[in-house]
Amino acid sequence: MQNSIQAQANVKTMSDKKLFHIKSKHTLFLMALPFLVLVFIFSYMPLYGWIYAFYNFRPGIPLSETDFVGLQWFKSIFSNPTQTGEVLRVMRNTVAMSSLNIAASVLPVIFAIFLSEMRSARFKKTVQILTTLPNFISWVLVYSFAFMLFSVDNGLVNQILINLGIIDAGVNFLASDSYTWLKMALWDLWKGLGWGAILYMAAIAGIDQELYEAAKVDGASRFRSIWHITVPGIMPTYFVLLLLTIANFINNGLEQYFVFQNAINKDQIEVLDLYVYNVGLLGSNFSFATAVSMLKSFISIGLLFFANSLSKIVRGESII
Amino acid sequence: MHKKLSAGDKAFHAVNYFVFAVIALLCIFPFYYLFINTISNNDLSSRGLIHFFPQEIHFSNYGQVLHIPGFAHAGLVSLGRTVIGTVLTVGGAAFLGFLFTKQEMWGRKFWYRFIIVTMYFNAGIIPWYITMLNLKLTNNFLAYILPAIVSPFFVILVKTFVESLPAALQESAQIDGAGYWTIFTRIVFPLITPILATIAIFSAVGQWNSFTDTLFLMTDQNLYTLQFVLYKYMNEASSLAAIVRNSSGGQGLDLANLQTPTSIRTTVSMIVVFPILLVYPYFQRFFVKGIMIGAVKG
Repeated sequence: MQNSIQAQANVKTMSDKKLFHIKSKHTLFLMALPFLVLVFIFSYMPLYGWIYAFYNFRPGIPLSETDFVGLQWFKSIFSNPTQTGEVLRVMRNTVAMSSLNIAASVLPVIFAIFLSEMRSARFKKTVQILTTLPNFISWVLVYSFAFMLFSVDNGLVNQILINLGIIDAGVNFLASDSYTWLKMALWDLWKGLGWGAILYMAAIAGIDQELYEAAKVDGASRFRSIWHITVPGIMPTYFVLLLLTIANFINNGLEQYFVFQNAINKDQIEVLDLYVYNVGLLGSNFSFATAVSMLKSFISIGLLFFANSLSKIVRGESII
Repeated sequence: MHKKLSAGDKAFHAVNYFVFAVIALLCIFPFYYLFINTISNNDLSSRGLIHFFPQEIHFSNYGQVLHIPGFAHAGLVSLGRTVIGTVLTVGGAAFLGFLFTKQEMWGRKFWYRFIIVTMYFNAGIIPWYITMLNLKLTNNFLAYILPAIVSPFFVILVKTFVESLPAALQESAQIDGAGYWTIFTRIVFPLITPILATIAIFSAVGQWNSFTDTLFLMTDQNLYTLQFVLYKYMNEASSLAAIVRNSSGGQGLDLANLQTPTSIRTTVSMIVVFPILLVYPYFQRFFVKGIMIGAVKG
């Protein structure tokens, strides 16, 4: 009742403003238009390029002069044994490295739990600052670090291992095809552990301190408090981030793998994004690479919707 | 109020301190290791004999690597894209985020989603490359700037921030007859500087660290960035060391400060990471704030 009276009162003032609104709504749109055009150009126009997947496209030749081949490239992914093998190998690498990253996603949680148990605020802060730093350097620099620390003739790790008598000659850690997936996951961890823990630290700081005091009064040990108060307190945060990781399961990017790639580890390190780059831009097989990346886009949109509906079921709200 | 610690607690804290000290050390050690190698005797460093402490300290490497052809120019390109790119990204995010808080905008919800969904899909490298090619943005400095102007995540940050401001401030200005542009520049912009600082830092770090766009789009050496030349130098360090040795004439240089592949790699790396190290301690809290605000929106 009260609302409707208020609404009537509003109508009056609204009608005064109406003229202003009609004019202003287009002004606002025109102000935003240049930015919308930029988004259209750089994010939507490339979608048109998907038609290259249906042509026998060669760079430099206009599309109108190239042959329309229909689904040939898509079929060849599944029917041409060499290409099927390649795509399977690349998929295996992608899935393996994404799975390792998902497995490692509990480590920032553990990191945050134990770090918040520390009593010295200064120590906590220092650890956070130092462990977050690697997140802000590029993969090229990480590669440079790796090169310096692990190179075969003068790398620190080899020098120390030789001095200690553990090995006789330098081990070539970088140009090697063993444990590639694990090594990549470890570099990912080195770069992202501290950064990943920040959100969890904040979630833990938001837990009601009275819960801990009550638990203490009841005689709960430190680990019981962690298990029954801290862990449930940060589960929602962990779950959201996990869903986002699942949504990005096959989008593991190419920068890291590109800089660490060499002739020896190529078979293990080539993930989908890197493969598309290698085949498309370096190998000039534009059409086939586009077909592969189109399939990738569809799978990844499917995963996004899967993660989103999982989120709706479990948390009652969506992540996108 | 220091309570007495039980033996178990003491052991817990001891282990905890130790483990975190080791983790922190592992994170920071590569930076230190690289640095001591740039200032040590180049001969010892190239033989891998500098482990934990610098020896025979000298700083001549930093002057000498500037003799690498194109290196200083790459520094300018990196600096240019970082400064120009950051200014435009911040400006774009601020203005667009502000506009999207205006309920009366024509098609506001649609256009907002039009921008936000681009966070969740992309056409893939090849179609994107061909688009850039058709737009004449390969081998073009603008390719570093234009695609960065609208960043959906930053637009969300600004919009959320503006919505948290008291509406009365803007309304009173509107009644006084101020247009949107005046409201934005005079009232909103000064109030949102905290979030803009966060965005500026993220954007600057992103521009400085960006590598793949040069890899995909640029073949003209005049457009190479520091990150890209570092990657190239990693593989070409031996020949570059020779070039630098020749160009500095070798006067007054002995084995201790003659360029070696190792000194080239480490010194260039240090120069590339230096700006990050410089701003990081001051801006660390902005980074944390940024990730927190982003998380609230989800």
